[in-house]
Amino acid sequence: MANNASGAAPGRQIAPGRRNSLLGLRELTLIPAIVLAIIVGSFASDAFLTSDNFLNILQQSSELSVVVIAETLILLAGKFDLSLESVVGLAPMMGAWLIITNQQTGGSGVGLAWWLAIPAVLLCGAIVGAINGFLIVKLRLNAFIVTLAMLILLRGMQLGTTGGKTLFDLPDEYLYLGSGKWLGIPVSIWLAAILYALLGLFLRYHRLGRALYAIGGNVEAARVAGVRVDRVMWGALIVAGMLAALAGLMLTGRIASVVPSQGQNMIFYVFASAVIGGISLNGGKGRLLGALTGVLLLGILQNVLTLAEIPAFWIDAVYGAIILMALVLSRVTGGGTEEA
Amino acid sequence: MSQALSDVSMRVPVGDSRALVGRNGAGKSTLVGVLTGIIAPDSGRVQFGGRDAPEPAERQKWRDRVACVYQKSTLVPTLSVAENLLLNAQPAARGGWIRWGAMRREAERVLAGWGMELDVEQDCSRLSVEQRQIVEIARALIQGTRFIILDEPTAELEGREVRRLFDRIAHLQATGVTFLYISHYLEEIYEVCRTVTVLRDGRVVAEAPMEAMPKERVVAAMVGDAAGAASARRHVIARPAGVTPQQPPLEVREIVVGSTVQGVSLRVEAGECVGLAGLAGSGKSEIGDAIAGLIVPNSGTILINGAALRCGDVAEARRRGVGYVPRDRHTQGIVPLLSIAENMTMTIIEQLGPAGLILPRRQQIAAQGMVQSLQIVASSTDQPIKELSGGNQQKAVMARALASAPRVLVLLYPTQGVDIASKEALFAIVERARAGGTAVLIVSDELDELSVCDRVLVVFKGRLTAEFPAGWTNESLVAAIEGIGHGE
Repeated sequence: MANNASGAAPGRQIAPGRRNSLLGLRELTLIPAIVLAIIVGSFASDAFLTSDNFLNILQQSSELSVVVIAETLILLAGKFDLSLESVVGLAPMMGAWLIITNQQTGGSGVGLAWWLAIPAVLLCGAIVGAINGFLIVKLRLNAFIVTLAMLILLRGMQLGTTGGKTLFDLPDEYLYLGSGKWLGIPVSIWLAAILYALLGLFLRYHRLGRALYAIGGNVEAARVAGVRVDRVMWGALIVAGMLAALAGLMLTGRIASVVPSQGQNMIFYVFASAVIGGISLNGGKGRLLGALTGVLLLGILQNVLTLAEIPAFWIDAVYGAIILMALVLSRVTGGGTEEA
Repeated sequence: MSQALSDVSMRVPVGDSRALVGRNGAGKSTLVGVLTGIIAPDSGRVQFGGRDAPEPAERQKWRDRVACVYQKSTLVPTLSVAENLLLNAQPAARGGWIRWGAMRREAERVLAGWGMELDVEQDCSRLSVEQRQIVEIARALIQGTRFIILDEPTAELEGREVRRLFDRIAHLQATGVTFLYISHYLEEIYEVCRTVTVLRDGRVVAEAPMEAMPKERVVAAMVGDAAGAASARRHVIARPAGVTPQQPPLEVREIVVGSTVQGVSLRVEAGECVGLAGLAGSGKSEIGDAIAGLIVPNSGTILINGAALRCGDVAEARRRGVGYVPRDRHTQGIVPLLSIAENMTMTIIEQLGPAGLILPRRQQIAAQGMVQSLQIVASSTDQPIKELSGGNQQKAVMARALASAPRVLVLLYPTQGVDIASKEALFAIVERARAGGTAVLIVSDELDELSVCDRVLVVFKGRLTAEFPAGWTNESLVAAIEGIGHGE
């Protein structure tokens, strides 16, 4: 690829290069696909190219995008977390359960105030992350199987606690993150944008962010260089749990209730977005900006397929096929011959 | 680089037991690769029993002719001894249904026939090193192989087990099995082998019956006629006089690491360069790793500038002034996809900005400084480090160790796998640090790396066995490293 023109050139003294400055080439590979999806969408339906529809797409993608940040932190360090999707359901459920006083509608009867319930939601995510950390980092169990079991366990806890009921009638403050608007734009979009900016910079310009890359790129070298590998890994799992809980709160706010299946199957789209966005499953490679383009591509596609009136039963098949194509495309255009 | 092997010819007659010796990098592993069909020679050929060796792709035919017992297990750990012995050749009824009883009896019969005793129903993961070797040898014999290569078979065995292995080899030899025996311990080959082939720089430099090759001649052949030349190369720079620090920058007192290091003490003064030599597995690397905080010794203390170091904490060791270059830059040194700048500034990351932030400008300036002072050739400090040559990667790893201005520099094989020019450059860097008053410990068994040292300590089987001031001869040092005569 053209970006490799600056391979080691012996004899030449060094310039303060800015080679991978703001936008690496890899982060742009999905742009043509996004543009194509928009063009197709504008032909498919008149309703597509409207600002309302775009806000709609962004809002519907916002929760997914926050979980993608969470997964990216862990993938960069070379591990996995499948249980994030269960946290998206369980954490806001716990908050709602603590708030609701009526036990008939699935509440706990505690009647917790909303301003205590929201920290409780985040705490729930942190606790799940900490337990995952204990099993993966301390006991050295395989991350895939640990978080798969955790996914099933948490899903079951959610069903068990509410008896399969949908929780509604929640205070407006509790729903604010998913329903409020700032300057006419949903809060959840602002929130996702701020998180992408903050964590994107964190991953690039903070030593802990770089430590994640070092761990995923070569864990032994990171350890020899003095990175506290276990601690950083554990921290990443906890922060990821909290982000997933936050995403769950945003989702709950948008639909004004907690359904028992909230977050179900989300993890597939989380991995799909991250991987087509250039995050390596082997760790140490990829950027948050790329992951964001992955989320946007999937969000636009979902929207286009709905507007194009693809029969509902076929939407998933088409969606899956397009994800595969996007993967192939991103390998051909961006990944080049690079491994992983 | 150069050829790993050039013009090597050797014949091993049936029933012989041949020792293959040579220093690291002499070409032993390459030769084993060629003999087992893993590496295809550029020219020349291999014959078994007077017939040309099979095509490289025909692994099974190779396996019928030659077997190699490596230090690493090649058994399937989750299957039983019997299954491993008869893998893919199990006694089976029509349709491929395995007859377990017949398989067990067959395995027992074979083992007994070669004078080996073992419970054939246990899982191979539960075997001791000795038992595993028995199974590997027996498996080769079952397949009809009568030529067996033993690659450092005694490295993990204890005295009694080594004895039994030797007996077994003698017994099999009497039945016409031929052995090629590779070992670092010269003493051993005199017990097991009838003939010896010495490799040096990819060539056969000696081949003779054991009786005709006393140890001194074997060592001389391994070292070659460059004897003394390497140590003469050393530019003797007197240590800064007048500077007589009360506390040595580095002192190690009686450290014990598992069973590999058994009570080693040493001290390195300011501006002194000390070599720590020994065979693979002698414990020398563990001493280096313990100083760097990578492993926690079972007992003993490490003092930096006279104060005890909390062990097992890499960041703490560095704060106290220890710079470290790991043994293998690929597995422990570099993060290949990250930039040169990032790889080099890992050890000073807290100096690059407040609150854990990394200010790109400061990182660039720091990296530029290192690139210039160490003359690293790269197109940009933002280049991924994997694009650099080996020598420049190693310089970057060295730059990282030096970045924190260490008082103690621990270097494991600092010039391994780099070209001559880079080697000289790396030595110059070490020399500069040393002249600046840094205490340097070079852990290696490469003679040219040791030749820059003021004195060399030899570790053999976990203990310091000899000390050589500058001006040692290659023969005497190598003999001490190989454990002959245990010191002078």
